Amino acid sequence: MSGRPAGPAAALRDAALSALVALGLFAGLIGLHLVPTDNGLRLVGRPWALAIVVLAVFVGRLLLLTWQRVRPSGAPATRRLAEAVTHAGRYVAPVFLLAAVALPLYGGRYMLDTGILVLTYVMLGWGLTIVVGLAGLLDLGYVAFYAVGAYSYALLATNFHLGFWTLLPVSGILAALWGVMLGFPVLRLRGDYLAIVTLAFGEIIRVVLINWTSLTGGSNGITDIPRPTLFGLKFNGSGDPDTFATFFHLPYSVTQRFVFLYYVILALALLTNWVSLRLRRLPLGRAWEALREDEVACRALGINVTITKLTAFGMGAMFGGFAGAFFATRQGFISPESFNFMESALVLSIVVLGGLGSQLGVALAAVVMIGGSELFRDFDEYRMLIFGLALVVMMVLRPRGLVAGRTPSIALGARREIAAELVAQGRG
Amino acid sequence: MAYALQQLINGVTLGMIYGLIAVGYTMVYGIIGMINFAHGDVFMVGAFLTLIGLVLLAGFGITSVPIALALAFIAAAALSAIYGWTIERVAYRPLRGSFRLAPLISAIGMSIVLQNFVQVSQGARDYNIEPLIPGSITVMTQGGFAVELSWMQVLITVVTLALLAVFTWLVTRTPLGRAMRACEQDLKMASLLGIDTDRTISLTFVIGAVLATAAGMLFLLYYGSINFYIGFTAGVKAFTAAVLGGIGSLPGAVLGGLAIGLIESLWSGYASVPYKNVAAFSVLAIVLIFMPSGLLGRADIEKV
Repeated sequence: MSGRPAGPAAALRDAALSALVALGLFAGLIGLHLVPTDNGLRLVGRPWALAIVVLAVFVGRLLLLTWQRVRPSGAPATRRLAEAVTHAGRYVAPVFLLAAVALPLYGGRYMLDTGILVLTYVMLGWGLTIVVGLAGLLDLGYVAFYAVGAYSYALLATNFHLGFWTLLPVSGILAALWGVMLGFPVLRLRGDYLAIVTLAFGEIIRVVLINWTSLTGGSNGITDIPRPTLFGLKFNGSGDPDTFATFFHLPYSVTQRFVFLYYVILALALLTNWVSLRLRRLPLGRAWEALREDEVACRALGINVTITKLTAFGMGAMFGGFAGAFFATRQGFISPESFNFMESALVLSIVVLGGLGSQLGVALAAVVMIGGSELFRDFDEYRMLIFGLALVVMMVLRPRGLVAGRTPSIALGARREIAAELVAQGRG
Repeated sequence: MAYALQQLINGVTLGMIYGLIAVGYTMVYGIIGMINFAHGDVFMVGAFLTLIGLVLLAGFGITSVPIALALAFIAAAALSAIYGWTIERVAYRPLRGSFRLAPLISAIGMSIVLQNFVQVSQGARDYNIEPLIPGSITVMTQGGFAVELSWMQVLITVVTLALLAVFTWLVTRTPLGRAMRACEQDLKMASLLGIDTDRTISLTFVIGAVLATAAGMLFLLYYGSINFYIGFTAGVKAFTAAVLGGIGSLPGAVLGGLAIGLIESLWSGYASVPYKNVAAFSVLAIVLIFMPSGLLGRADIEKV
C-alpha cells in the first residue's frame, strides 16, 4: 500500500485491498440506513449505493497507482505551478489587486456578494497570520474576537444609535482588549496547551452569547443592525435627500450598497495587509518572528516575551474585531451560530494553506477555499463533505501551503527567498 | 448531602465516558505529538455503528440484551477500528515528519469529513432508543430525596474499569505496549532499534478507536439519543480532559475525564446547567496557569 510504483498485478491487488477496506468502512453507514418508524427504528438496505462507492474506491485507487507509475515523480506539476506563483509574487499581487479593485465593473451581484465573503476571510486570515504565522502562537479560538467585534458593533449600534464608522475602531479596540485578556493567562503555555485553551475560550464566548439572553438575544441573535453610510449618505430606496441615490441624482439600485460594502471590506483588508507588513519591519514585528523561531533565545537576547506575545494577540484580535463589525453591518443580523468552531478552523486552514506568513498565499487560499465551496453551493448537502476532503487532500499534497516560500521581512542587501521548510512554525 | 452524592455519582459516570475518549487522544499525542481532532468523530461513528448493530440484531430476533450488546459492540468496534486505521493511513501518515500544523489541519478536515459523511448517509436527525437497561438501586434516602444508582451507571463504571484494566495490561505487559512506550519516548530511536513504528502507530489508532466505540456505546445507552454532532462536543470535552490530566499521561487522561465529569455535574447541580461547559473550560484554564503541563504531565525540559 505504499506510494512506490508497482506492476499491474500489484496495483490490482492493492486496489482490491483498498476496496475491501472501503467495504468495511461503508458497509455499516452507507449500506444500511436507519429509519425511524412509529415503533422504534428500522433498517433499510442500500446495497447499490454501497456497491457504487466500493467500486469507485477500487477504480480510483487503480487509477491513482497507474498514474503514479506513469509519472513517478509525485506531483511535480502542482509544485512547479506553486513555485512559479511564489516567484512571480511581485507581479501576481498587483494583478490580483487590480482584479479585486475592478471587480464591481465586471462582476454581477452574485460575484460581488462572493467577493465580499472572500475578502472578509482574507482579512480574517491576514489578522490571524499575525498570531499564528508571525508570532507562532497556535490560536484555535480566533472566531471569539470576530464575535466580540460583531457583537460590540451590533449592541452599541442598536442601543446607542452610533454609526458604523464611529463604532468600527471601538469594536476593534474592544476585541484587542479581549485578545490581551486571553493572552495573560496563556502566556506560560506552549504549543498544544495554548491551542486547547484558545479553543476553550472560543467556546466560552459562544456559550455566553447563547445564554446571556437579556443582553445578546440568545440564539435568536440581534436583528436590525444599522447599515453603514457613506459620509452620512444612506443606501436605501426611500428617496430621502440623505440617500446616496438621491444625493447623486442616480436611479436607486440595490447594487450600489453591495459595491459600497465591497469597497469597504477591500479597504479594510488592504489596511490589515499594510499594517501587518509595516509591523513586520518594526522591532516589534521582528521580535514576533524571533519568538516563533526560538523563545529561549528571545529571552536570552532581552526581548520582553510577555509584551511581544500580548501585542501579537491584541493585534490579531483587533483585526478580527474590525472584520466582525463589518460582518455585523453587512448581514444586518447576527447570532451565535455564525461564530462556532468551524469558523476558527476555516480561518486557520486558510492561513496554513496560504503558507503561514505569506500575505499573498492567504489571499489565494481564501479565494480557493471560499470560492471553491461557493462552486458547490448547489450540492448543499455534500458541500461540507467535499470541503473536508479538499482540506485533507490539499494538506497531504502540499503540507507547506500554496505559497511555500517567504521573503525575509528584513535583510541586508538583496532579499532572497527562504524555503518554508526552514521556518519554524507554531512552536508557541 | 444526598443531593451532592447523587451529583457525585452522575459526575463519575460522565467522567468515565470522557476518560475512555481521552485515552485515545492522549495515546496518539504521546506517540506522534499531534492532536487527533477526528477522534471525537470516531466516537460518534462508533455510537452510530453500535446503534445500527443493535437494530440489525433486533431484526434477526436476538432480543437478549447482554448478547445483543456484546455482539453489536464487537461488530461496531471492528468496523470503527477500520476507521481509526484508515484515518491514520490516509490523512496523517503522509504528513508525519512534516511541520506541526499540517497534521492538525488534516485532522480538522477529517473531522469535518466524518461528521458530514454521517449526516449525509444517515441524516441529521436525533436517533432515539428505548432504555435497554432499566432499573436502579436506591443507595440512601434523606429527607425524601432518594439517591439512585442506576444499573446503567453501574454498567458504565464496570465496562470502563474493565476496559482500562485490559488496556493498562496491554500497555505495561505486552510487546505491543512496550513498543508503544518506546515510540512515545523516541520515535526515531525506536525505529533504529527494530520496532515497526508504522505498525505500532496504526495499532495505537486502532486501540483508540475501539475505546472510543466503547464510549460511544455507553453514551448511546446512557442518554438514549445520538446525532451526527455529538462527536464535536464530547471530543472537545475529552481533549480538555486529556490536557487537564497532562497530555501524554494515561492515568492523567482518566483523572482528567473524572475531573471534567465531576465539574460538569456539580456545576449543573448547584449553579446553572447552560454554563457547565464554561465551568469546565475555566477550570482547565486555571489549572494550566498554575500547572502548565497538566495535573500528571511531565514538565517539558527546554534544551538550548
